[in-house]
Amino acid sequence: MTPDLLKTETFDLVVIGAGSAGLAAASAAADAGVERILILEKEDFPGGILLQCVHNGFGLHRYEQELTGPEYAERALSELRRKRIDLRCGAMVLSITPDKEVRYSGEKYGYRAARAKSVVCATGADERTRGAIRIPGDRPAGVMTAGLAQHYMNLDGYTVGRRVFILGSGDIGLIMARRVTLEGGKVLGVAELMPYSNGLARNIAQCLNDFDIPLYLSHTVREIRGKKRLEQIVLSQVDENFAFVPGTDKTFDVDTLLLSVGLIPSNRLLTELGVRLHPKTGGPVVDETLQTSIPGIFSCGNSLHVHDLADFVSMEGENAGRCAALYIQEKLGAESGDSPVVRTEPGAGIGYLLPSVLHAERAEEFLLKFRVRKPYRDVALLLKLNGRLMKKIKKPYLLPAEMENLRLKKEELPEPSGTLTLEVADE
Amino acid sequence: MNRTQEQPLESFDGVIVGAGVIGAAVARALARYRLSLLLLDRESDVGTVTSAANSAIVHSGYDPVPGSLKAKMNVAGNRLFPETCRQLDVDLKMIGSLTLAIGDEEVAVLDELAARAAQNGVPVEILSRAEVLRREPNLTPEVRAALFAPTAGIVNPFELTVALAENAVQNGVTLRLNEEVTRVAPAPDGWYTVTTSRGAYRTRALVNAAGLHADTLANAALAERGRSADYEIRPRKGEYFVLDHFDPEFIRHTIFTVPTQKGKGILVTPTTHGNYLIGPSAEFTDRKDNFATTDETLARVLASAQKLVPSIPTRQIIRQFAGLRAVEKRGEFVIDRPAPGLINLLGIQSPGLTASLAIAEEVVNLIRNDVPLEENPDFDPRRRPRVRLARMAPLDRAAYVAEHPSFGRIVCRCEDVSEGEIVDAIRRPCGATTVDGVKKRVRPGFGKCQGGFCQPQVVRILARELGRKPEEIPLKSPGTEILLERIGETDDA
Repeated sequence: MTPDLLKTETFDLVVIGAGSAGLAAASAAADAGVERILILEKEDFPGGILLQCVHNGFGLHRYEQELTGPEYAERALSELRRKRIDLRCGAMVLSITPDKEVRYSGEKYGYRAARAKSVVCATGADERTRGAIRIPGDRPAGVMTAGLAQHYMNLDGYTVGRRVFILGSGDIGLIMARRVTLEGGKVLGVAELMPYSNGLARNIAQCLNDFDIPLYLSHTVREIRGKKRLEQIVLSQVDENFAFVPGTDKTFDVDTLLLSVGLIPSNRLLTELGVRLHPKTGGPVVDETLQTSIPGIFSCGNSLHVHDLADFVSMEGENAGRCAALYIQEKLGAESGDSPVVRTEPGAGIGYLLPSVLHAERAEEFLLKFRVRKPYRDVALLLKLNGRLMKKIKKPYLLPAEMENLRLKKEELPEPSGTLTLEVADE
Repeated sequence: MNRTQEQPLESFDGVIVGAGVIGAAVARALARYRLSLLLLDRESDVGTVTSAANSAIVHSGYDPVPGSLKAKMNVAGNRLFPETCRQLDVDLKMIGSLTLAIGDEEVAVLDELAARAAQNGVPVEILSRAEVLRREPNLTPEVRAALFAPTAGIVNPFELTVALAENAVQNGVTLRLNEEVTRVAPAPDGWYTVTTSRGAYRTRALVNAAGLHADTLANAALAERGRSADYEIRPRKGEYFVLDHFDPEFIRHTIFTVPTQKGKGILVTPTTHGNYLIGPSAEFTDRKDNFATTDETLARVLASAQKLVPSIPTRQIIRQFAGLRAVEKRGEFVIDRPAPGLINLLGIQSPGLTASLAIAEEVVNLIRNDVPLEENPDFDPRRRPRVRLARMAPLDRAAYVAEHPSFGRIVCRCEDVSEGEIVDAIRRPCGATTVDGVKKRVRPGFGKCQGGFCQPQVVRILARELGRKPEEIPLKSPGTEILLERIGETDDA
């Protein structure tokens, strides 16, 4: 193929996605001296999902200030504007070739390609759908994911329901419970399959308790009824094996069911490229530099693993941007076949543990991120290398809804290779 | 004073009731002649019921009882598919089917099926276990042998129905949607008066392709002549899973279990877009509007499919749906002309999609008795091909988008669909007017996110193209609008 006909341009770094992660990655890479940076954003405006998050609670960690989503995005953008970064919106990336040619399409740009030394994928996450969790029953209008409802309400300016039930106590669902109520809708309840909430404690308080919206733990929707518009849902209690408990059916006459049943990292581009995926997170397997199994391709934000706070997404994006800069500047330290590595593995009680691979010789400090499988009180985290305990950290509580960070200094690692496990144990 | 009663009714040579794949195929076949034709459907789009919820298979025809109408129409219909799909630019892949024998008893059944295939004139071959597993490594190792039918295929049933209707409209057929037939009465001059929810028409011939409701229509039309009839459609529900397009090599053929009394059994098949379809169940239901899926039935469907393909990746499941087969109580297709000017197409269950093109030719033969047929010299069998960006080579795509910028704007990233393709689907004859209509024509919403990202854009484009407000755009039919009202606007504002 003649590259000219595809209008191929050359960059040092292409960042895919201008949400919290992508903006931070591009900004950090520019600060680290990368010159030719291109950000490609599928929507017409930068900011990603932040733009539809009109509630506040953003920026407490990063800016020590409470901002709304759009305000937080504007902060990130104003930093970016001071730097020489090419931001193209309305540009959907369709594929990445093995030699890092990023092919994209846009009404303004046509179908063309950007060749880069390094690519940062910050493509966010998809919402789990009704089909993925297989709710049986009819297929009427009025059943949609909470994020889609948030888009319709906050970006397009339309209400989507009058009598609403929400399945899943993820943060988007909780935020939408309040949003629907404030616009005059009646939220009849929020149901959660697990015996504990999957949202942040502050959202349970501010979005449900303040509005007297009941939370049904260990409950799920077992049937959807309605010929045209949703008419009724059947809610049922589940036991510890998630089997329905007979005699616990409750019906709710509602016109809308919002689903907040989890996010799945969106990685079609990396999957098609053949990047190795993590079996637990749905994101790629990365090392401490957030580099995937293909050198020069980095991943961060919700497309790597699902975060609870945008601030943490930005911080991870910055890390990816800095590491991509080192890669471009050939300072990252190439991974040779015989360089020693530490592989990480989640132990008892741990849902997932990132990064999957640590190069002890390449960094002074490592940031481990993980989630627990269920809530814990007064426990200890045990960090073991090759079965030998190296660190014990007391924790008053651990919740699946909150991603945990754990810093590990290079000198704390007794050996530069082997398997590092993290587990939850009684104190 | 009712003025409409004073004016003569609009009249047609033929009125076709039901714009599913059968009605649409009949309309297109009849459009080859100089006839005035009306195609009616009570839904907001063509092909929304049984034609939209089936296995999407072009059956080879090894299975129906030799000599039956089903066998005849299946085999004849199958032969018409390649040329018709070429003319109409409809996705068709003749991938062949494998009917698996698991256990010694089923090996004997394969021999019976092969004999039946020979009687039906369908080429088949019995493959050894080793050969089957060579062709399909992901099949169960318990397979003993398989019946290979090379003339079996897969088709995009939404596209086929739309294309047949679109081509019929291009050739002069009048299509009216959202219009339900309420009465069919013979007039003294031999014509029929067809009363609908919106008006009334006169016609020399009525083709009853009303699917699940064809029994009601046929019985009522004959009752108006003072004749009693006992046609009876018994809906039989089939529930399915849809998987994402995760690996084009996972399964390459349509995989069947050996047929049972209840039907063709469970199949696992790729679709023309590389998704996988698992199903269907076969349970009678007493309601013609019961499209609900159930946990119990789908669990059985999955278990049966796993007997064929043990490694089905359930993580790739993106949707479940149910369709209703229009089973006539005698179990056979009914293609008859019980009275002058009345042609019934009843009980067109599986292999109805395959048979559709042949059934349309039967209608041409039957309708000669009521209406003289004269060739229409202007008939054009071709539909303007669709632009399919996702399948274009990069340079061709770049060149096309350079000329047509709206095809550069990608609306659906799961299925790679542009705004230009969506606008074309709306502006064509028989164009989309609903979110599902766009989905069925050009696929936004068929992917993993199930419309989570693209639906607001599809609503926006439909509203703009149709000159309506976004809150007036339905998911499928009136009453299924997605948005309620603009925030800040209240009734008393």
